Amino acid sequence: MTDISQLKLMATQMRRDVVRMVYGAQSGHPGGPLGCAELFTALYFKVLNHSPENFSIDGKGEDLFFLSNGHLSAGWYSALARSGYFDTAELETFRRIDSRLQGHPATEEGLPGIRVASGSLGQGLSVACGAALSKKLNNDPGLVYCLMGDGEQQEGQIWEAAMFAPAKKIDNLIGIIDYNGQQIDGAVDDVMPLGNLKAKWEAFGWNVLEMQGNEMEDVLTVLGKARSFCGQGKPVLILMHTDMGHGVDFMSGTHEWHGKPPNDEQFEQAMSQLKETLGDY
Amino acid sequence: MREYTYTEKKDTRSGFGLGLLEIGRLNPDVVALCADLTGSLNMGAFRDEFPNRFFQVGIAEANMMGLAAGLTIGGKIPFTGTFANFSTGRVYDQIRQSIAYSNKNVKICASHAGITLGEDGATHQILEDIGMMRMLPHMTVVVPCDHNQTKAATLAVANYPGPVYLRFGRPKVPNFTDPSQPFEIGKAIILSEGSDASIFATGHLVWEAIEAGRELYKKGISAEIINIHTIKPLDIKSIIQSVSKTGCAVTAEEHQMNGGLGDAVSQVLAVSHPAPLELVAVNDRFGESGKPAELMKKYGLDASNIVQAVMRVLKRK
Repeated sequence: MTDISQLKLMATQMRRDVVRMVYGAQSGHPGGPLGCAELFTALYFKVLNHSPENFSIDGKGEDLFFLSNGHLSAGWYSALARSGYFDTAELETFRRIDSRLQGHPATEEGLPGIRVASGSLGQGLSVACGAALSKKLNNDPGLVYCLMGDGEQQEGQIWEAAMFAPAKKIDNLIGIIDYNGQQIDGAVDDVMPLGNLKAKWEAFGWNVLEMQGNEMEDVLTVLGKARSFCGQGKPVLILMHTDMGHGVDFMSGTHEWHGKPPNDEQFEQAMSQLKETLGDY
Repeated sequence: MREYTYTEKKDTRSGFGLGLLEIGRLNPDVVALCADLTGSLNMGAFRDEFPNRFFQVGIAEANMMGLAAGLTIGGKIPFTGTFANFSTGRVYDQIRQSIAYSNKNVKICASHAGITLGEDGATHQILEDIGMMRMLPHMTVVVPCDHNQTKAATLAVANYPGPVYLRFGRPKVPNFTDPSQPFEIGKAIILSEGSDASIFATGHLVWEAIEAGRELYKKGISAEIINIHTIKPLDIKSIIQSVSKTGCAVTAEEHQMNGGLGDAVSQVLAVSHPAPLELVAVNDRFGESGKPAELMKKYGLDASNIVQAVMRVLKRK
């Protein structure tokens, strides 16, 4: 999928999937994935070198994606299904008994596209660093991407990995922070301010880029730039400015929709704002 | 009573270092990570021979566990090295999510377990690690008894798919096992057959059990001594077979009673073959500074405590 208007249609359909999944399960996290639909679309339909129909955990020769903030699972599952890892009909099973689509991503049920469990925060970047080292040892040219939350930056383990990657010159790694300024208890600035995040990552030795995460053109440009910065001795970090809950006006820009499902009325309202573009599951 | 002798005392951690070097030579996918304790874990030889496959991570154990999980993606077999305390309690959630639940082929190698770490005191003397690790689904828990067996276990776990916790210690202990004996994960080893009481021991308490067996023999008591080097999966069949013959059992380990070998054997006996059981283990308390032998005595873990436990259990038959 190369046409940008097609990508935008896909992002809208993914948002619709997210709200339908969370509504269907009456459980889950709509806000985060709504803000990351452009990123998921750009990665899975344009940027990643991957083979959805032939998934292997090892992913040799492919680019790998890790979701450290696992509660964005609804958005990731939509991207995986729509790019061909599994049938979109399975999205209906999200968070239900006997499903491969667990509340938070897991490998236990064998869902294609997932390489490690996540949800307990702060662990994904370490795993991504390990996978990037494995690629280097295997002379594998694939890149490793890892999405984190901004609230997740409060976890100490993030900074252990932040220190490690530049020290070991892991330059086949692109970290992305969903910088929406919201977390469960409220604004990140109120809960535990992150200070100058850009300066912090730069001080740790990362090549830091900024991206407007809800503008598809900018997402494609900056992801392209990040790729071009790989192989130069430093890991790359993208501060991705997003609007949590983007695309549904009453979910937008607030922590209120971090982890709650819409009721019937709210669901209809959301659906009227997110038109079916490429066919519902 | 079958007789066992040894020519020297050796530390189990140096057995690990030799095993790691050997498996590193045999299998190019083996990699190692260490959190600033390369000397203590005897990982220096591996580091020097395979600098590209050794990762010094600094004092950052949580990151080390995540890195290890990630390295398995692409087919590497990571061995992590740090003290048992920092290999388990400090990083329990990292192990739980990224390694055990994700079923990653990581070998968590833990030195300086238990009170025999000695003078550093209770902050470093973990006595809960076996319990934490055996509670995790997918996790295998291996506790070899001496230097030779630790080397053999290190080689064996590399070829055993899935997450493994390999526990060993700091002090020099009698090195008595046959270095040519292959290590079979999950298969208990009967060291001496007996008819009056079974002694199930793990780690360096296996040697204490042998000494206890010798004392008991002098008293006319025939003890069956079994080395339970794999706590999980537990060799239930061998345990039941032995207790069917002897009618009672004693467990011996350098660990809390809660969660350890004694707990695991209690479960087997209560469910499948009820019989009197006594536990030689630390009873719900923290350790303290001191010399290993002094601590073994004070905390009731040496051969004489095993003898007393056998005398108690015999009365309950």
